[in-house]
Amino acid sequence: MKSFLLLSCLSLCSLFAFGQKPSIVKFPYVESLLHSSNDTTYIINFWATWCKPCVKELPLFNELNKKYKGQKIKVILVSLDFLKDYETRLVPFLQNRNMEPEVVLLHEPDYNSWIDRVNPNWGGAIPATVIAKNNSQSFLEGETTLKEIENILLKP
Amino acid sequence: MKTIALSLLLCISMLTLSSFSPPAGYKVGDKARDFKLKNVDGKMVSLSDYKSAKGFIVIFTCNHCPFSKAYEDRIIALHNKYASQGFPVVAINPNDEKAEPEDSFEGMVKRAKEKKFPFAYLHDQTQAYARMYGAARTPHVFVLSRKDKEFTVEYIGAIDDNTDDESAVTKRYVEDAVDQLLGGKTVTTAFTKAIGCTIKWRKE
Repeated sequence: MKSFLLLSCLSLCSLFAFGQKPSIVKFPYVESLLHSSNDTTYIINFWATWCKPCVKELPLFNELNKKYKGQKIKVILVSLDFLKDYETRLVPFLQNRNMEPEVVLLHEPDYNSWIDRVNPNWGGAIPATVIAKNNSQSFLEGETTLKEIENILLKP
Repeated sequence: MKTIALSLLLCISMLTLSSFSPPAGYKVGDKARDFKLKNVDGKMVSLSDYKSAKGFIVIFTCNHCPFSKAYEDRIIALHNKYASQGFPVVAINPNDEKAEPEDSFEGMVKRAKEKKFPFAYLHDQTQAYARMYGAARTPHVFVLSRKDKEFTVEYIGAIDDNTDDESAVTKRYVEDAVDQLLGGKTVTTAFTKAIGCTIKWRKE
């Protein structure tokens, strides 16, 4: 009995250890985060598994997530991987990495219809990060640093 | 009095010239500068070399970027459709090979051979033209019209509205722009954006 319980416990644990698979979302989901007014700061990073500079800076988003847990700061990693690569690239990538922040795959192929709605200054290259709180946003195009994001977080 | 005025004028012009920064990139309607860049066959290529061209489909693109790769066949198709009508594709690789070794000149030669690129694939080694045109990502298209030695920017942006699935494309921005120019009409959708890879700028 004991060994059965232990075994079930372990299997359950391993299920959780692999983490949940990313949700596939459309642009309105991202837009709601950009314009929310619930006093939470959303750090929204646009990235993809094949984008080297994006992957290079992922640890910093993990760190932000850990550091500011419970402080009304939420990190969301928005993957722009192609939908066809969801099972073959995105899921295995995340399983190997143990990323703590929420990850979603944004499936909205008509890029021209929403890039300006993230920020009109965005040229469309990734990585890009938005820090959004109470309907006001700061936009960082290209690779960023912990310091750069924290400077924005600490602004009054 | 005259010498003071002249020296003042000289001073002002020197100051303005020294604080001159490169343009932030072309806007639709701007005159585009010609270039002289090395092609994968080793020869130098300029827009003015194309004696009978009515315009050009200039595309900043590269080897490594999955968005560029997804468009390779469509870029070949654009050249095959429009070169004979007077609008050849001219592809330019703007990336620093130190940042992305796959985008080296040797890499370009190899890829052009593998895919049998029918268009010029030029190396913007100093990245001067990527900056001048305002390339913001790869791939990034600048459709130019030509009148004698003058080149005007007529369209800037994406190739179409679906990178991943060509069968799901509904808006063919570059084709529409070139068709309109060939028909003597104004380009109705002259500016679009797309997701792409960052330009790998040199760190100097």
